Amino acid sequence: MATLTRKEVEDIALLARLHLEPPELDAMQEELGAILAHFRTIAVVDTSDVPPMTHAVPMDAPLRVDVPEPSLPAAEALRAAPRRDGDLFVVPAVITGPSGPS
Amino acid sequence: MSERTLEQMLEDWEPVIGLEVHVQLATQSKIFSPSAVAFGAPPNSLTDPIVLGLPGALPVFNRAALELALRLGIATGSQIRARSRFARKHYFYPDLPKGYQISQYDEPLCENGHLDLIVGGAVKRVRLQRIHLEEDAGKSTHVGAVSHVDLNRAGVPLAEVVSAPELTSAEEAAEFMRALHRLVRWLEISEADMEKGQLRCDANVSVRMRGEDRLGTRTELKNINSFRFVQHAVEHEIARQIRIVESGGRVVRETRLWDAARGQSASMRTKEEADDYRYFPDPDLPPVVVDGPLMTGILRGMPELPAARFERYQREHAIPADEARTLISERALADYFDAALAAHPRQQSGKMLASWILTELLGKLNADGKDIAESPLPPPLLSALVALIEDGTISGKIAKEIFEESYRTGEAPIAIVDRRGVRQISDEKELSAIVDRVVAGNPKQVESYLGGKDTVFGFFVGQVMKETSGRANPALTAELLRKRLGR
Amino acid sequence: MTTAAALGSVADTVRRIADGEVTAAALVEPAIERIASGDGELGAFLAFDPTGARAAAAAVDRQRAAGVPLPPLAGVLVTLKDNLVTAGLPTTAGSKILAGWIPPYDATVVERLRAAGAIILGKVNCDEFGMGSSTERSAFKLTRNPWDPARVPGGSSGGSAAAVAAGMCIGSLGTDTGGSIRQPAAFCGVVGVKPTYGRVSRHGVIAFASSLDQVGPLARTVADAAAILQVIAGHDPRDGTSINAPVPAYAAALAAGVAGLKIGLPREYFEVELEPGVREALDRTIAALRDRGAAMTPVSLPHTELALPAYYLIAPAEASSNLSRYDGIRYGVRADAQDLLDVYRRTRGAGFGPEVKRRIMLGTYALRSGYYDAYYKKAQQVRTLIKRDFDAAFAQVDVLLTPTTPTAAFPFGAKSTPLEMYAADVFTLSCNLAGLPGLSVPCGLTAEGLPVGAQLLGKPLDEATLLRAGAAIEAAVGLGDRRPGGARGPGGASP
Repeated sequence: MATLTRKEVEDIALLARLHLEPPELDAMQEELGAILAHFRTIAVVDTSDVPPMTHAVPMDAPLRVDVPEPSLPAAEALRAAPRRDGDLFVVPAVITGPSGPS
Repeated sequence: MSERTLEQMLEDWEPVIGLEVHVQLATQSKIFSPSAVAFGAPPNSLTDPIVLGLPGALPVFNRAALELALRLGIATGSQIRARSRFARKHYFYPDLPKGYQISQYDEPLCENGHLDLIVGGAVKRVRLQRIHLEEDAGKSTHVGAVSHVDLNRAGVPLAEVVSAPELTSAEEAAEFMRALHRLVRWLEISEADMEKGQLRCDANVSVRMRGEDRLGTRTELKNINSFRFVQHAVEHEIARQIRIVESGGRVVRETRLWDAARGQSASMRTKEEADDYRYFPDPDLPPVVVDGPLMTGILRGMPELPAARFERYQREHAIPADEARTLISERALADYFDAALAAHPRQQSGKMLASWILTELLGKLNADGKDIAESPLPPPLLSALVALIEDGTISGKIAKEIFEESYRTGEAPIAIVDRRGVRQISDEKELSAIVDRVVAGNPKQVESYLGGKDTVFGFFVGQVMKETSGRANPALTAELLRKRLGR
Repeated sequence: MTTAAALGSVADTVRRIADGEVTAAALVEPAIERIASGDGELGAFLAFDPTGARAAAAAVDRQRAAGVPLPPLAGVLVTLKDNLVTAGLPTTAGSKILAGWIPPYDATVVERLRAAGAIILGKVNCDEFGMGSSTERSAFKLTRNPWDPARVPGGSSGGSAAAVAAGMCIGSLGTDTGGSIRQPAAFCGVVGVKPTYGRVSRHGVIAFASSLDQVGPLARTVADAAAILQVIAGHDPRDGTSINAPVPAYAAALAAGVAGLKIGLPREYFEVELEPGVREALDRTIAALRDRGAAMTPVSLPHTELALPAYYLIAPAEASSNLSRYDGIRYGVRADAQDLLDVYRRTRGAGFGPEVKRRIMLGTYALRSGYYDAYYKKAQQVRTLIKRDFDAAFAQVDVLLTPTTPTAAFPFGAKSTPLEMYAADVFTLSCNLAGLPGLSVPCGLTAEGLPVGAQLLGKPLDEATLLRAGAAIEAAVGLGDRRPGGARGPGGASP
C-alpha cells in the first residue's frame, strides 16, 4: 500500500483536478511513496475501541435562528470572477448532466 | 415478429425500483448561510461569502432546517439519531462552489421510516432507508459553448429521502411521489412544487425474472420533474431494460437523463473517473444533537397526520372511505372539515357536514376558480347552516338557497333565514290545518289517489309547499297527509 | 540588515496616547518609514497599507480629542498574516492562485482588532496556505530572519514573526495548525501563542486544516501577546466550532509568578537529539523556574512519536478538501483552458506551489474510499490516544515545558526533502492534535546568537497559566532588551 504506481498518481491527480507535468508526476510518485511508507508507524497501533476524534474540545453544533440577513449585491458577488456575463459566472460548456445533488 | 407490449413483458419480469427524492425545505434562510431563500430572484443576488465558498467562510447550521426535517422523520416513523453528523461529499462542478457538498453520510438524521401508498385500493407500506439533510447546489445553464452559473439556489436546505428498492411498478413509483408530495405539504415543510424544482426525483431501476432473488443491474434515471414523467420515464426504462435482456444483452450500470420532449432517456457521457466522493465528517460542523426538549417541541407542533384523520373520520363520524380519502387529499380541506366540526354545536354530524363540503362547497369553489383555503364561507358558517338543517329549522331545499346567499355575502345563515322568513313549519297543529285545507280543496285528486294512483301524493305535497312557500317540513307533511288520506 | 528599532509595548502605547504624550499619527509615520526602507531586505510584507494605517491612526486621534474613552489597543501597530481575510486589502494566503483577490469582508479577528483601535499596517508573508515551516513556500517572496538574514524566520507565520522581531510592528496575528505561530516565534526570538482550539474565531481565516487551525498573537513580550489575545478571544456565532465560554482577564495572570506551580517535563521531548544551544537554554530555563519555586516533574507522553504521521495524514486530508474551492471560477486566478476539466486542472496545477500540490495529493489519497479507514480514520483514532496522554499528564501537573523546536533557525534551503521539513515540527504538532493551548517564549540565544524558544503547553482554556509561566521565564532568562542586529534599547522607543 505504501508505494504508488504511476497510474495511481495520475488517478489521484485527476481526482484532485491537478494538472501535473511528467517531471512533477515523477517527483510526486517518489515523494508520496516515501511519506506513505513513513506512516506504517500508525498502521500497527492498536486502536480497537478508540473513538476517532474530530474536535479536541467536545462541542455540539450551534443552531442559527432562521432569520435571513442581507445578501451581497450581485455586482459584489461577481466582482472577483475572472469570467462573467452580466451577473452570471461563465465556464466552458458543461456537457454532462443536470445541475444539483446526484 | 411483433414486439411484446410492456404488459406482456411484465408477466415474466419484475421491476425493482428505488427512489431518491430531494425535498426543498421551506426555510427563510439557507441551511448553512443566512442568505435568503427565494424563487425567481435575479441571478446571483442571494449569495454571501459562505454561499460563494469564499476563502475563510464557515457554515453555521440553520435550526429551522433541522426542525422541518424532524417533522418528516416523525411523520414517517423514522428512528431519529440523537447525534448526527454532517459529511463533506467531494466532486468538482461549477455549481458546487466549495468543491464539496455538505451532506450526511455515515450518521444521517433519520433511518428506517416508511411511507404508506394506496395502490389498487390496498395500502402498501414502503420502507424509507434514510432521510438526511444536505445543501442544494446552484444552477448551470448551457448556452452554446459556455455554461452560465447562478448560485442563488446554492445552499438551500434539502431533505433527501431514500426509499428501499421496494417499488415494483412505474405506477407505484408515481404514487410514492404523490404520497410524499402530499405529506411534505401536509407537514408544511415544503411547497414541493415539482416545476419549481422543490421536489426532485431520481429513480434507480432494475429488472429481474419473476421468482428470481438476485437483483439485476440498475441504472439511475435523472431529470424527472413532474409526476407524469415519473411514471412515463420509469415505464420507459423498464421496457428498455427488458428488451435488452430479452435479446441477450446486458444492462449497463449508468446514469441516464430523461428527455421529456423526446419521451426517451439518454446515457450521460461516462464520467472521466469513478465517483469517489471521499466522504469524511465535516470538521467545521460539530455533531447535531437532538434532545428531549427539542423533540417535545416538535411533537407538540405536529399536525394530525392524514392516515390518522382518515381513520378518525370513518370511525367517529361514519364518513364513507372514499369521502374520507377526498377530505385528506389536502391538508387545507381536512382542516376546514375539522374546524367546521369544532364549531358545530353537536359534533356528531360529521357526515352531513362532509357531504356539504365535498359537493356544495367544493362545487361552488371550483366554479369560482378558488381553492378551499380561499373559501369566502368560513367553517363556522357552514357548520351553522348544517345545524339548521339538522334541527329542522330549515329544509334541505331551502338550505341550498341560504348557502348561496351566505357564501356570497358572508351573512350568518340564521340571519338570512329570519330575514327571508323561511323557517320550516314543523308545528303539527299548524301543518295539520293546512293539510286539511289542501285535502278538502282537492276532492278529485283524493279520489284518484285513493283509487290507487300513487303519484298523486306528490301533488298534495306540492300543494302544501305552495301554501307554505316551501317552508313545510317535508317529512311531517308526508306523515300528516298519509294520516289524513288514510294511506 | 538595519538594526531593529525598539517599538514600545502595548501598555506604553495606549498610556502615552491616552495621556496625550504622543499622537497615534506620530507613532505611525516612523513605522511606515521603517517598513518602506527596511522591508526590501526583510521581505515581511505582501500588502503594505500606509493609507489605511494613517486613516486608522487619525481615527484614534479624533477619539482622543473628543474625550471618548479609548479602546484597549488604541494606536497599537499590528500586522496580519496574509491568510486572514481583510476587506479591501489584497489577501493571498501566500499563493499565486489568490493573487489580486480583494475580499469583501473582514475576518472576525480583524474586526475585533479594528474595533480595539489597532493600526493595521498591512499583510505579512507566509508559507502558501500555511503549509510549511520556513516561509520558503510563499509563492511571492522570501522573508529573512532578522537575527541572521541567511536563515529562515520559520513558518508558516514567518512574516509575522520577522515583522515583530524587526520592530516593524508591536504585534502580529498569525495562525497555527502544527506549530506555525510557535516555531517562527522561537526562531525569531518573540512570543507566540496558539490558543485552545475554538478559543478564537476562525471566521475569515483561510482554512488549511479546519480541526487544527487557530489564530494567535505574536509579540515581543508576554504582556503584549496577552493584551492582543484578550481582544481576539471569545465566542463568535459565525464559527460553529467557536467555544462559548467566558474569557478571563489575562493581564491578571502575568505577575503571579511560578511559586507552587507544577511543571511537567515530557521525556519524549528531551530524550531526543537537540542542538546544544537549545538544550543549554532549556536547562537554564528549568533551573531558573526551580529557583523561583516551581516544582518540576518528569512526565511521559507515550504516543508522541505518532503525532507526526497522524498530523501528516489529518492536515493534508482536511487541506485537500478545503482547497477544492480554488478553481478560478468565482475568484482568484484562472488559467486559459478550452474545456471545463482543463479550467480546473490547469488553474490549480499552475496556481498551487509544489508543497501545496503534494499535500493535496496526500490528502486526496488518504480520503479515498478503501483507504479512509486505514489512513484518515486511523489517524483520528491516534489523535484520541495523544489527547489521552495529555489528560493523564495534566492530572499530575499544571503545565508542560518543552523546547519549541529541536534546533534554532536553519539556513535557507537546508531542508531538502519534505520529510526533513516535516520533522522540524515534531515538538509542536501534538498540541494542535489535542486542541490544547501552547505558547513559545524566548529563553536564550545560542552561541551563534540565534534565539531559542521554550514551549509551554496547557490544559484546555488555560491560557492564563501559560501566560503566567511564560512571563516568569521571560523575566528570568528572556532576551531582555537584546534586539536582532545587535541593537539594544529600552522598551519604550521614541519615534
